[in-house]
Order: sequence, then C-alpha cells, then structure tokens
Amino acid sequence: MAAVYKFKPYNVGRWVIWGLFALVLLMAPLVFTSNLSTTMLAQMGIAIIACLSYNSLLGQGGMLSFGHAVYTGLGSYMAIHALNAVSGGKLYIPVSLLPIVGGLAGMGFAILLGWVTTRKSGTPFAMITLGVAELVFAMSLMFSEFFGGEAGVSGNRVAGESFFGITYGPQIQVYYLIAIYTFVCVALMFAFTQTPLGRILNAVRDNPERVEFIGYNTQRVRYIAFIIAGFFAGIAGGLGALNFEIVTAEVVGAGRSGAYLLFTFLGGATFFFGPIIGAILMIIAFVLLSELTKAWLLYLGLVFLFMVMYAPGGIASLIMMNLRVAKFGKLRQIWTSYLGLGLTALVMLAGAGAMIEMVYHLQLNSALGDTVKFMGATLNAKGLDSWFGSAFVMLTGLGLFELARRQFVHDWGEIQTEIEKEIKRRETAV
Amino acid sequence: MEFFIISMLNGLSYGLLLFMLSSGLTLIFSMMGVLNFAHASFYMIGAYFGHTLTGWIGFWPALVVAPLLVGACGAVFERITLRKVHPFGHVPELLVTFGLSYVALELVQLVWGRTAVEFPPPEILRSSAFTLINHSVNGLSLVWGNAPAEMCSAADAAVRVVCSPFPATRGFMMLVALLMLVSLWLLLTRTRIGLVIQAALTHPEMVESLGHNVPRVFMLVFGAGTGLAGLAGVIGGSTFVTEPAMAATVGSVIFVVVVVGGMGSLSGAFLASVLIGVIQTFAVAIDYSFLTLAKDMGWALSAATQENSFAKLTLSQVAPILPYLFLVLILIFRPKGLLGTREG
Amino acid sequence: MSTTYALELKDLRKNFGKTEIIRGVNLAVAPGERVAVIGPNGAGKSTLFNLISGRFGPTSGDILLNGQHIEHKTPYEINRMGLSRSFQITNIFPKLSVFENLRCAVLWSLGYKYTFFKFLSGLKDANERTDQLLEMIRLDKKRDVLAVNLTYAEQRALEIGVTIAGGADVILLDEPTAGMSKSETSRFIQLIKDVTVGKTLLTVEHDMGVVFGLADKIAVVVYGEVIAFDTPEAVRANAKVQEAYLGSSVADSQAGGH
Repeated sequence: MAAVYKFKPYNVGRWVIWGLFALVLLMAPLVFTSNLSTTMLAQMGIAIIACLSYNSLLGQGGMLSFGHAVYTGLGSYMAIHALNAVSGGKLYIPVSLLPIVGGLAGMGFAILLGWVTTRKSGTPFAMITLGVAELVFAMSLMFSEFFGGEAGVSGNRVAGESFFGITYGPQIQVYYLIAIYTFVCVALMFAFTQTPLGRILNAVRDNPERVEFIGYNTQRVRYIAFIIAGFFAGIAGGLGALNFEIVTAEVVGAGRSGAYLLFTFLGGATFFFGPIIGAILMIIAFVLLSELTKAWLLYLGLVFLFMVMYAPGGIASLIMMNLRVAKFGKLRQIWTSYLGLGLTALVMLAGAGAMIEMVYHLQLNSALGDTVKFMGATLNAKGLDSWFGSAFVMLTGLGLFELARRQFVHDWGEIQTEIEKEIKRRETAV
Repeated sequence: MEFFIISMLNGLSYGLLLFMLSSGLTLIFSMMGVLNFAHASFYMIGAYFGHTLTGWIGFWPALVVAPLLVGACGAVFERITLRKVHPFGHVPELLVTFGLSYVALELVQLVWGRTAVEFPPPEILRSSAFTLINHSVNGLSLVWGNAPAEMCSAADAAVRVVCSPFPATRGFMMLVALLMLVSLWLLLTRTRIGLVIQAALTHPEMVESLGHNVPRVFMLVFGAGTGLAGLAGVIGGSTFVTEPAMAATVGSVIFVVVVVGGMGSLSGAFLASVLIGVIQTFAVAIDYSFLTLAKDMGWALSAATQENSFAKLTLSQVAPILPYLFLVLILIFRPKGLLGTREG
Repeated sequence: MSTTYALELKDLRKNFGKTEIIRGVNLAVAPGERVAVIGPNGAGKSTLFNLISGRFGPTSGDILLNGQHIEHKTPYEINRMGLSRSFQITNIFPKLSVFENLRCAVLWSLGYKYTFFKFLSGLKDANERTDQLLEMIRLDKKRDVLAVNLTYAEQRALEIGVTIAGGADVILLDEPTAGMSKSETSRFIQLIKDVTVGKTLLTVEHDMGVVFGLADKIAVVVYGEVIAFDTPEAVRANAKVQEAYLGSSVADSQAGGH
C-alpha cells in the first residue's frame, strides 16, 4: 500500500477534538473507578508523553532511536533526587513542578549526549543510541550514589507544603497532576509540528540531503529536535518518579527503550495521534496482558513483526485508511470481508495460542499439574488429543484465513480503484 | 609476565569470537544495507542447537550441523520477512530484525526454558591447551596440556611457582575463527560466487541486470552470515555459558564493534573486535583504581577525594562500559570509524 | 579592472581515487548570463555541479561565488550565499504537500531559521511568497496534493520551484527536462525562462533544441575539461566541438525546425 494519507481536521473540528481530549482526561477516572484503573490511567498519561516525545524523533524526524529510555530514566532519577531534597528541606520547589526538573534533566542530557549521537543519521544513528543506552545502563550499576544500586532510589511524594490541600498522597491526585501535564505536553508537542523547525524536521525525514540545499544544516536540525524530545521525555520520567515513588536501573534499560519503539510503531508513527494509541496499548499489555498469559512477549513480538510487514503505518494508519473508505461511502462493501478475515484469524490464533500456552505450561508450571485453562476449555498439556486438536484448529484456521485474505485483498483493491476514480472525477469537476 | 601472555591470548580469543560475529553482521550490512539486529539471536540459537545436537549426535558433528541449521533458519527468515520489507527501506528492515530478536528470545525460552543449560565442551577440549609455569628460580617454561601437580608446587617454601593454564576451548576458538577468516577471504577473492558478492556489494542492480539472481544471492549471504553467527554460538556456548541472556550480553558489543571499525569494513571489524576483546579482557582482570594508582605513586589525597566513588572505581568495575566509551570517543574524534569507507 | 563574475571556476580539479574526473576547468559566468553546459555522457557535468553546490569538495582549484571562495563550504552555507541547484533525479519531499515543499524552501531566506516559537500558519511573508511560487510554477491547482502523488512533469516543476524558492541569484539546473516528452519540454522551457528572469543560470542539457533556445552562452565539457565557452553560433561553428560532440545532432535539431 504505497499511498500516503494526511490528517486534516477542519478548524471547528480542531477545538472539538482538543475539547474532547481534555474531557476524556478529566472524566476517565470517574468512569473507570477501580484502583487498578486509576493506576493504569496514571501510567497511560506518562506513557503518552513518553511515546509522543519518542515519535517526534521517529515519525517526525526519521530518527530511529534504541535508547530513548536514557532520557526518560535520567529525568526520573533527577526528579526523585529533587523530591528527596524537597523532603529533606534542602530544596524549595513545589512537588507539582518536579516533573519540570525531570524535563530539564532530560534536556540537559540530550544536549550533552545528543551532540555525539546526532553526528550520524539512519542506521549508524540507531546503533549509537544503542551504545549510549548500554553505556548509561552499565554506569547505573557502577555509580550507586546517583543510581541507588540494586535497590534504586526511593522517595515520598508527600513532601513539602501541601497545595490547597493537595498532598499527592492518594493516587487520584497524582492522576490529575499527570493529566494536566499530559494535556499541556501533548498540546505543546502538537504545536511543535506546526512550527518552521517542525516542518523542516519532516523535510529532513523525507530527504535529508535536499534539506542542505535549501539552506539548512541537517545535523543542527536533528540536534535541536533531539533536545526538545529529551525535554519531554524527561517530563515523562519525572512524572514516573512521582507516580511510583521509586526509580530503579531498569528505567534506563534496553527493555524500556525497546518498549517505546515497539508501541510507538504499533500505534502508528506516521500520524500525530498514533503514539497515543501505542502508549495506551503499552500500559494495557504490561499490566493486564502479562497477567493473562506468560507468552505475552512472544505474541507482542509476532504482532510487531506482522505490523512492520503488512501495516507499517501502525494502527493509526489502519484507522485513517478505513476512515477514508468510509468517507467515500464504501465501508459497507468491505465489512463482510473484514468479518471473514476476523473470524478465520480468530480460529487460527485460537489453535496457535492453545499450543503455545501448553508449551509454556509444560515449561514453567508443570508443578501445578498438567491441565491448562484456555478460552474456557481445559487442555491437557501432556495429552496427545489436546495437541492434535489445537494443531487441527490452527491449520484449518490458517487455510480459511488465507482464503479470506485473498478475498479481502481483492475487495480492497476494487474499492481503492473506485476511490481513485472518484477523486479524479472530483478534481476535473472543479 | 605469564599473566600478560595468558590474558593477551584470552583477549585475542574473545576478540576473534567477536569478529566471527561481527564479520557476518558486516557482510550482511555491506551486501544488503540491512543491519541485522537479531544477529546475536542467531548466535544464541546456534548455541542451543549445538547443545541439543551434541546430545543426539555428539559435539563434532554438531559443530558442523548446527551452523548449517542456523543458516537455514536465517535464509528462511530472509525469504519470508526481510524480502517483503526490503522495498520499504532500511528502517523497516532494521525494525523487522528487531522484532525477530524478541520472538527468537521468547521461542528459545519456550523450548529450552529460562535458565542456563549444560553445554560442556568435548572431552578433548576440557583440559588446557598449554600451561605456563613461572618458577621463581627456573624462570618461565611451557608445558603442553595440563601441568602435573608436582610441577605447580615447590617443596621449598622460599620458591614460588605459579601455573597459568590456557584453556583448550579458547585455543580452539581462536583456531576456528582464524580458519573461518581465511576461508571467507579466499571465498570472496578467489571464487566466482565471491566475485558476484563483491560486485553486488556496491552495484546490486548492475549485477542483477547481468543475469545473476540477486535476491537469491541476498538470501545466501544472509544465510551465510547467520550461519557464521551460529558457528560462533556453538563455540561460545560451549566455552562460556548457554543461557537466554547470552544474546543480550554479546549483542550490543558487536554493534559497537561494527560502528567503531567502520560500518561495512571487514578489516575494520577485525581490528575493532581484537582491540575491544583484548582491552576488555585485560580490564576485567585488573583491580587497580585511581586510588591504588595514587598510593603506588605516593600521591597524597584529601579525605574527600578518597571517598569519591569515581576514584574508588577499579578498572575491573569499569570494564563493562569500556566498549561503549570507546564508541563515544571514536564518534567524537573519528566518526568514520577506524577503517570505515562507507558513510552508512 | 576585474568585474565580479557571478560564478568563477579556476583550474578546478577533482579526482576520485586515482581517476581524474575534472581535469582543470576554467569558467567565468557573468551575472545574469544563461549558460548551457553540454557534453557527452561521463564528461563530468554533474560532477561539476556537485562541486559548485558543495556536495563534495574539489581536489584542487577555486570556486568563487560573487567573488567569494566557496570550494570548501557546505551545501547549506553555499545556498545561504545565494546559489541554488536542482537535481537530475527528482529530489523533493515526498510526504509533504506541494505547498509545504515550497514553503520549506523559502523559510531560511526569510530569516526563520530553526525557530520553533512561531506557527507556520502565522508567517504571512512565507505563505504569500509560497503562493506566488505556486502560481509561477503553475501548480496552484495541486496546492495540497502530496508530492509523491504528482505526475512526473509536475514533480519536475516542483523541483524547479524548490530550487528557486529561496531567491538565490545563481541557479544550477541539472537536466531539468530529463524524461519529458517534446510538448512537455517546450512548455517547461517557457517555465524556466519565466522563473529565472534576471538570474544567472547554468543548465546541464542534452536536448540541443532547448540549448539553442535558452542559452546566451554554451560551455562544452569533454573529458573533464571545458573545450569551448562561447555564444551558441560560435560553438556551433567550433571545429573542436563539432569533432568531439555535436556531429549530426545539430543538423537534426535544425531540420526539426526549432
């Protein structure tokens, strides 16, 4: 699918969208009231800022970084040290402003490390971010005063003077602080995309060489973008420090950097709102999915692989493509194909999932007996019939899926041709 | 003295192992422009295949079969995923290999579990290749194989004897690496397929229009590169440890090697591998810190300096970050890499 | 008395490894002159353009832009000094719209640099200039179309647009009509004439009809040297040139009635 789409809201729509966004942030904990929900919502806010800052490098600038967690993590560390300083009476900053300390730290480290990192672009840039990330992570085990060693650094967010009765003790208060920061940061990062530097950054992504010939130093553009991304990353880190009240070395680890990459890409790097979707999925996966099945990282890796191959624009691009189809009134033609696709995929995945779960069970939980509960059925991990059954289900599903897929590709192609014709017709009519 | 020799040899063997890995990576990168993020995963898979195959058919047959299997896996991966993503550009290719690294790790843990598995080297390699004996009276001498106990201790309390063995596994590692290096060089420069590969390195479209099946050559090269990684895995896994974390520990170092050596340069990768291998091996063994150095030199330091965590750091503690420090320094002073030609 | 040439090349040489590609080029282009650079394939025309625009540096020799040395400057420094070039293989920003492509190219010249404190929509001068450019290159109907979705000829027009957007005085066009049909070419030549009024122009061209219609002077490059630099008539009559290059193509283009 080679065509590229643009997100162009009407001006009235712009206010509606931002208003809705603010409303959702405000109302979410009133709809999802459990403790777990509030915790997850808080984490989602933090993740949204982190993933958006990551995408200002990846999606906006074409800079693939394997070490974004360095800047969120160092922001966390600075923020928690600042928090402890506030608790100890050595620093007089309101707790509400501590995330900005994190932001400044992220920015500072980006200024320092970014100069070396942005000297290259493309694949070498990615490798350098990896090296720098490993460097920082390895250092975290060496300098225990700053990094707190194995136990990390803890703090207490109920510190300093309370602010109109807000102590940040209860999770809900922290959530609303995060919500405010999320709204402001998302707005600022969106605004950035509408500035000269933001647009030139896009140009650098599209054609770095040409940018030099229209008067811009490509490396300088990347460096400044890197610093700005580092600032917002640090804010996310600072909020994380307040939320969890403890910062351990894993916040600068490769796992977290990988997660930012994975989920930002999954959500969609080519649209501004894509990383927001990715961030929400990230928290759902880490908190809920990991409880559901031990194989969640495997599923995640496979989904990611399929996305890169078949939908490199991520979920956001899938949504936009279908919105375009809907705009031309052709959605009803394809929904049966979608249904077929979805059902057969479900069958196939059920079979595969059953087998994977059985293997995991054999590996990890064999002390608990041989049976595994999967989608309401009880499977005997050591029973041949369970294995044959799952394999049969999976293979049947695979075959049917392939048929459904071909039908879908055919229908989709037809619709796209019809849409192109319609666009041409509208153009000439004008 | 013997410490120096043994450490040097250990460092060389580690460096050569790194080169076995980074050469495959460089080959794939030069050829296809793809940086195989999952290269260390193929290393890990090679070790695990080696472990299982050794149980079935013995170490020596496994040494041959495991890399072939790993290469086959690599070729299949190239065919079904990389080739599909190739027209999208280099970033999606890198992302696909990134995804593979996750999937490979999980699959390995699925099949073999999350803890280390036993992968001992074969009988013949379990002893030392040779032993250096430093006798305070008789001087330095060399004994092939293990030194018998009597030679390592002296009846006279005033005489000091130190026996430093050099493991056979390490020696074998160096041997295989050197053999591989030589055959690779011969293959690239003396055979027809090697010429095609060299040509396709810089002018793939031209080579294709000359009638060579470039996609198939790509698949072969990717398979060969990953096969090399698998070979390194069999050797590394039996010499060191075979566990799921082995991909991560060596993975980032080989990327550093490739960038430091100069992306796309085989000789640069060689130089960087050996350099990093030797420096790290020496560093790990040295317990000097700035403080001990100051003490040796007779410098007087203030109490504050003595408490400073930087000053207290020993070289062995700093060893893990040395490759990355090296990376940063190279990028500042010589961004093209040691012997780099391509800008990447 | 020396007049300041818009562009001056003095004994310019470039080696790639052991191969000498540019072997001592001397050229002096007066301000406002329109020069066509012609020569057989592999003569080094694109290499010359790359040297002048800063894509890579010469092995030896000088390049002077309005009297100032630019031979070791970066492309963006040279562009800021008033020289802009187009590319033989269309080199635009595919995922940006036509309007955005042009606007990016005007930003620096209007002094906006790396600013991220102003909104693009509020930059009146940038937006007006971009609209002007759109009309000049006749793509105003395609204002919001993504560059990747344009036809080939439209992309070439956008390429020119991006090149002239910054208001550079010295314009280098590398085979601007490459790959176009006869009718597209003649329309495009008119476009080039219209948008480069008053500017110094250097074009690499293969189409002799275009060359004789557009150029005040022709520079003939053969094997890395300029063997002739004169008015079209003088070049046509030049024996060396006829022998080296023009041959039958001149007769063809004259017979074709251009």
